[in-house]
Amino acid sequence: MGLSATTTLTAPARARFKLESPGLLPGFGLSLGFTIAYLTLIVLIPLAALFLRASGLGLSGLWAIATDARVIASLQVSFGIAFAAALINAVFGLLTAWVLVRYDFPGKSLVDAAVDLPFALPTAVAGIALATLYAPASGNAANNWVGAFLDTHFGVKVANTPLGILVALVFVGLPFVVRTVQPILAELDREVEEAAATMGASRLATIRRVILPALLPAVLTGFALAFARGVGEYGSVIFIAGNMPFISEITPLLIVIKLEGFDYTGATGLALVMLVISFALLLLVNLLQAWTRGRIG
Amino acid sequence: MTTARDATAFTSHRIAPRLTRRVVWRTLRDVALVAAAFGFVAATTIGAHAQTQLLNVSYDPTRELYKEINAAFASDWKAKTGETVTVRASHGGSGAQARAVIDGLDADVVTLALGGDIDAIAAKTGKIPADWQKKLPNNASPYTSTIVLLVRKGNPKGIKDWDDLAKPGVAVITPNPKTSGGARWNYLGAWAYAAKKFGGDEAKIRAFVAAIYKNVPVLDTGARGATTSFAQRGLGDVLIAWENEAYLVGDEFGADKFEIVVPSLSILAEPPVAVVDGNIDKKGTRKQAEAYLAYLYTDAAQKIIAKHHYRPSKPEAVDKALVDAFPKLELVTIDGAFGGWAKAQPTHFGDGGVFDQIYKPTK
Repeated sequence: MGLSATTTLTAPARARFKLESPGLLPGFGLSLGFTIAYLTLIVLIPLAALFLRASGLGLSGLWAIATDARVIASLQVSFGIAFAAALINAVFGLLTAWVLVRYDFPGKSLVDAAVDLPFALPTAVAGIALATLYAPASGNAANNWVGAFLDTHFGVKVANTPLGILVALVFVGLPFVVRTVQPILAELDREVEEAAATMGASRLATIRRVILPALLPAVLTGFALAFARGVGEYGSVIFIAGNMPFISEITPLLIVIKLEGFDYTGATGLALVMLVISFALLLLVNLLQAWTRGRIG
Repeated sequence: MTTARDATAFTSHRIAPRLTRRVVWRTLRDVALVAAAFGFVAATTIGAHAQTQLLNVSYDPTRELYKEINAAFASDWKAKTGETVTVRASHGGSGAQARAVIDGLDADVVTLALGGDIDAIAAKTGKIPADWQKKLPNNASPYTSTIVLLVRKGNPKGIKDWDDLAKPGVAVITPNPKTSGGARWNYLGAWAYAAKKFGGDEAKIRAFVAAIYKNVPVLDTGARGATTSFAQRGLGDVLIAWENEAYLVGDEFGADKFEIVVPSLSILAEPPVAVVDGNIDKKGTRKQAEAYLAYLYTDAAQKIIAKHHYRPSKPEAVDKALVDAFPKLELVTIDGAFGGWAKAQPTHFGDGGVFDQIYKPTK
């Protein structure tokens, strides 16, 4: 007994350090080597170059960039609106996924395909289309009826305001939530819901205590993906934002502005600031996700 | 159970490395072979074309202009030397194009929106000598343009000059001078007018230009984007635009919808050209590249230039009617009024420069 106990202790330790093949099929060494080499080439080396280029600034230079009033304002716009857009997408993406999984209706496959359009479309095209559609009532273009309607009836201006950025980010972020929630929802056991109903749970309680907990990790993943996409988004935002400093200027635009002044170091420094914040936030979302998963069991 | 699992792990552990090593070597060899083959093909094709292909890296609104000039130059060069030269043109934002050349784009010549962008290439790569602007006539600008005001038909806001742009209630469309080369000319045009109006009183000039930018509801990133906002999306009362772009809006969207307002004073926009010495010496295309830029100053090219609403540097070569169509107005130069791009660029558009200062919303 004592002997077998030591083997079970050493086996995982050995597997971790000697890279033993975890499956029956050979090729683990090769595929892991390839994965690491590929990731290094495609992701890690460029990011290392980013660090290297920004290192010319030093920590104090980086701090000066990060604490510049205009940079802070743009970070607030970028991260704040991306967060709000991801929240909206988490709610309505979940709803969309629910409808697509649970109901049958004519044209369902078309609707399902339409969800992917923001993935496929060049974001600049989306940005131009949205900006045209939401142009305010003072514009004399004929195809801005949405913007004109909102402007004249509710006094809401969408194009060239932070609201325009929100619209663009909701647009590009939607598929992330729908596509992460959809498969989980499809695999959800309906018997559990039915059991809950049989045992006298109200519909709201069934949703709150049976369905949502199972879906929460997937919704969080979709939220994180949509959020990350929104933070880095440039093409679709630039046409509808109005790009006013301190009001509707996103951080990626500030990076472009620095590049236009041939300030490569400043631009990479700003990129690094964004990278660090994004990384910290994604880590937070991941922790949250692990926590929910652990809590649900 | 434990022993059985260990046994499998053991055998696969022994077989796997030998297999993988062989596979890795074979893969590496194949990759090397394919790479060598590609390299050979690429080297021969590039070698065959290096003598006859020029790359002109230009900015956005010259797309139509250089299409016509390149064809004319090719046939002219063929007639003179019997050699076939094709000129490829690359277009984009002036600053972005300069960055592409800095980052290694093999341009034979650059034809950009402002001297500051060519200065940047010279300073960052050393591929262009610092005195490049002295090497060709007219500050190395084969054509010039100016900044005018485009308003809607009937001029509902009664805009006549720069003063009217600073009035409250007028929406002005102009791109961000920090991201658009053309927009820097716009800004300097307004500045030059104010400088004359206030006799050089810096505080008053700043307030005037700041008042204009207070009327800007959206800062597009490029000149074409601003044109779209104004002409297609119907935003704003007046567009500050290049003269040729203003004519183009008329051609594109109907001349009956817009009117060009010529201000009393504006800036002489000089889009300059230069050969990229570092690249042409490497590629052996110096003769053709220099001939190409010299061609821009010939009568034939000047006619094409005037046709595209750029002001020719040799007006005598062009039909009088075309020259007369350009409105007469007082024009100041970047060198005369601002001490050249080397001074104007950091002073006005650098980080924390005048534009950043006057554009900081007062809270």
